[in-house]
Amino acid sequence: MKIAVTSKGKTLDAEVDPRFGRAAHILIVDTDTLEFEVMDNTENKDAFKGAGIQAAASICDKGVGVLLTGFCGPNAYKTLEAAGIKVANDAAGTILNAIDHYKAGKFEFATAANVDGHW
Amino acid sequence: MIISIASGKGGTGKTTVATNLSCCIPEPTTLLDCDVEEPNSHLFLTPNFTGRENVIAPIPEVDDAKCTYCKRCMDICRFGAIAVVAKKVLTFPELCHSCGGCMAICPEDAIREKDRVLGIIETGFVHPKTDNGKKIQFAHGLMDIGQVMAPPIIRQVRTHADPKGVTIIDAPPGTSCPVIAAMKGADFVLLVTEPTPFGLHDLTLAVETVKILDIPHGLVINRAGMGNDDVKAYARKEKIPVLMEIPFDRKIAAAYSKGELIISCLPEYKEKFLRLYDDIKTLVAQRRQVR
Repeated sequence: MKIAVTSKGKTLDAEVDPRFGRAAHILIVDTDTLEFEVMDNTENKDAFKGAGIQAAASICDKGVGVLLTGFCGPNAYKTLEAAGIKVANDAAGTILNAIDHYKAGKFEFATAANVDGHW
Repeated sequence: MIISIASGKGGTGKTTVATNLSCCIPEPTTLLDCDVEEPNSHLFLTPNFTGRENVIAPIPEVDDAKCTYCKRCMDICRFGAIAVVAKKVLTFPELCHSCGGCMAICPEDAIREKDRVLGIIETGFVHPKTDNGKKIQFAHGLMDIGQVMAPPIIRQVRTHADPKGVTIIDAPPGTSCPVIAAMKGADFVLLVTEPTPFGLHDLTLAVETVKILDIPHGLVINRAGMGNDDVKAYARKEKIPVLMEIPFDRKIAAAYSKGELIISCLPEYKEKFLRLYDDIKTLVAQRRQVR
């Protein structure tokens, strides 16, 4: 299963970036093998508006089923929901911690955005 | 001639200058309040409104039956207003700048325009109490609550400019797109500032903007006497003429609080605003000669 985790760094030891659309990096991780790909989010990070929408569309293209992040705004949530991507928005610690937490089934998936737009 | 009145910092006195100046210009005058998020010139001029029109900007509507999810619409949109995910197309009207790019590029002709109302324009005229003969044409824009796209409303307000007479534009504060929309194409930008660190900081940004637009400009220092002399030193250094100073005067503040013009409570200001207008005319003529 491929999942996306917003990250402050480019490795699995890095900390989860609580922001989604404006995260420094997004790691696309295979939860079975722990192989991962680093998605550069620079362009979105500095976007004037619509960062969450773009990030959501990009991770959808990567074929992920789940997103682990900290905060997810209304436009991002709407896009993720349309893409059928489940969102856990209380991820924290390192990327590996978050993945373990996910594999242990400890995340509750969101049913709505948890911050306002342009947060 | 178009004179756009801007400031950088909000609350420095753009509307005060715009409304008083409009009443003192001997030529036919039109006042356009382009602060469409918070227009307030009408509070001082109490126009008779005779016209009302909607400001409409199109947004895309996607025909799912025709769409092949090629993502070209998403790729061309600079504002992220259209997203294609998992065989669904989402549109975000509040991000759309109505450029029509998505519609033009769609190879399946699956996108058509749908109207959305951004706000309204009200038009009318003013007979200033201070002058029996004069009639000022007036227009302002009012952006609907929840909308964020001010420039199309400002551009539509500006269609009410009188090409033969003098048009005064009361611009919004700041230096972003709405301000550019209110300054672009003006013959002169009058920058109203206050002699405070905040006033100077935002004035500096406004001056940079006006320089990029290459429009001749001058300063009005409002609430002169408070703060410090840094604005004047800046004006000297940048060679920006200080065309008028309005003192920090309780009488002016009291009049303002009642929605009255300075020229009503202190009639001697009529002469000062007329001189301001003459100075602007001279500077505009000088620039035209250079060109």
